[in-house]
Amino acid sequence: MTRRQMYERHQRRKSTLIATVSTVVAMLCLYVFVPMTPGWDKVQKSFFNWEVLQKTLPKLLDAFVVNIMIFAWSAPAIAVLGLLIALARNAKSPAMFPLRVFGATFTDVFRGVPVVLTVYLIGFGIPGLGLPRPWNSPYLWGSVALILTYAAYVAEIFRSGIDSVHHSQRAAALSLGLSEGQVMRDVILPQAIRNVVPSQMNMLIALQKDVSLLSFIGPVEIFRQAGVFKSLLANFTPYVGAAIIFLVITIPATRYADYLMARQMRERR
Amino acid sequence: MKLFTTTCMAMAMMASAAAADTCAIGKTLTDGKLTIATGNPAYYPWVMDDAPESGQGFEAAVAYAVAQEMGFDQGDVVWVRSSFDEAIQPGAKNFDMNMQQYSITPEREQVVDFSKPYYTAPMAVLVGPGAVDTPPTLEALKALQWGAVGSTTAVPKLETVIQPAAAPLLYGDNADVNAALSANQIDAALFDLPTALFLSAVMIEGSKVIGQFPADAGDNPDQFGMLMEQGNPLKDCVDAALDAITANGTLAQIEAQWLQDTTGVPLIQ
Repeated sequence: MTRRQMYERHQRRKSTLIATVSTVVAMLCLYVFVPMTPGWDKVQKSFFNWEVLQKTLPKLLDAFVVNIMIFAWSAPAIAVLGLLIALARNAKSPAMFPLRVFGATFTDVFRGVPVVLTVYLIGFGIPGLGLPRPWNSPYLWGSVALILTYAAYVAEIFRSGIDSVHHSQRAAALSLGLSEGQVMRDVILPQAIRNVVPSQMNMLIALQKDVSLLSFIGPVEIFRQAGVFKSLLANFTPYVGAAIIFLVITIPATRYADYLMARQMRERR
Repeated sequence: MKLFTTTCMAMAMMASAAAADTCAIGKTLTDGKLTIATGNPAYYPWVMDDAPESGQGFEAAVAYAVAQEMGFDQGDVVWVRSSFDEAIQPGAKNFDMNMQQYSITPEREQVVDFSKPYYTAPMAVLVGPGAVDTPPTLEALKALQWGAVGSTTAVPKLETVIQPAAAPLLYGDNADVNAALSANQIDAALFDLPTALFLSAVMIEGSKVIGQFPADAGDNPDQFGMLMEQGNPLKDCVDAALDAITANGTLAQIEAQWLQDTTGVPLIQ
């Protein structure tokens, strides 16, 4: 081992040691000082109540199945609609100008309105027109609201992906005799979609959390179920339980998105 | 002899008045003032026109009667607004007592204190225009699509007593339940009887209160109490005042004035 390597190893060990000590000290401070605050007993009883957590967690998990269902049918619809909107905004021919206007208006409107408002307006508004059951279901129209909002964001990400593919590729493909449609389908989109996968992962994570907004219009998903328990037990622990369930899903998903992002950065260098 | 009796009575009355006057001294948030919280908004017939200061409406009237009994002038009553969550969160409260149709439950009593009940509310079934012909039998009620406000004791009542075939939809407040009833997303909703009668008469065209549960049916008689911070020394004074206005008929009189005659609504079989 050279002196240089030895020096570097020493430095690495030193920084690991410092990191460990400072983490332990920080944890100890939290562990020792937070319970010393005057309100800790009450906060613990009302937010971190083990009995309440045990009692409510099974039903919270049941309710989380509703979240997963809504997520599962919304996500593919968002991907398809988002891609269509991105293509509409990207239409080149002058005759397609109305389509471009539509795409731009769509993204402006649905990115500009808070999701919860869209959920309310579509979830209560459209069924209010007098649709018969089951076509007035809050599950249906709530999902539509989510799909429209998220499609607007996803479309913008797809569009940035399409723009990230160099013009020369399109020109080259056209000069080879491919039609506009073929160029888009076979040359640009495969690269564009690959480029935006990490960003779209973040949208999936956001969607997963925003599914809870459907609770405003009736469906008893995890957030509403936690709220019911909160009211009945006069205790906020069920919310903490719901947060834990969300974290179990979102932390690995976020780490995976970060990993994809990092890998992409490496590949581009 | 007559003089003696009169003197005795006068002294007794003075003593009781003095007791009432002194009980609350030094126990309120602000000396000499009684701070009472209500909902935001506060609903009819509990508070008229969202203006509790007027003393109009059942809860507003009860509040002023109790305050008077406790030795507070009309001008010494201060109104604040609070949500359910604010009422049950740990820590200091910004009210002496909170009146917004809080049902007294043993679970809630572990976190906050309740006064003695000032009203016993039967639960009632409000049906939308599409289901007005439903007979008031449990059998018929099971088949309906139910809705309720998620933070109320209507939720456990639905689960334990009615046990509907389809999972009920739950909402954040009365207004959202109305929207769902109007949009025909739900057939029926469970409210306390005075609220149900008001909603059917004023808010939702074509709706009807088809039945009420006997006030003591099931394990869940709904008794409204004033909510106070746990261990609030004011509780004894409030209870004494409630006892007094119950005994002298004031409470019954207020009830007769503000809550509709509820005898016309059939009992659910």
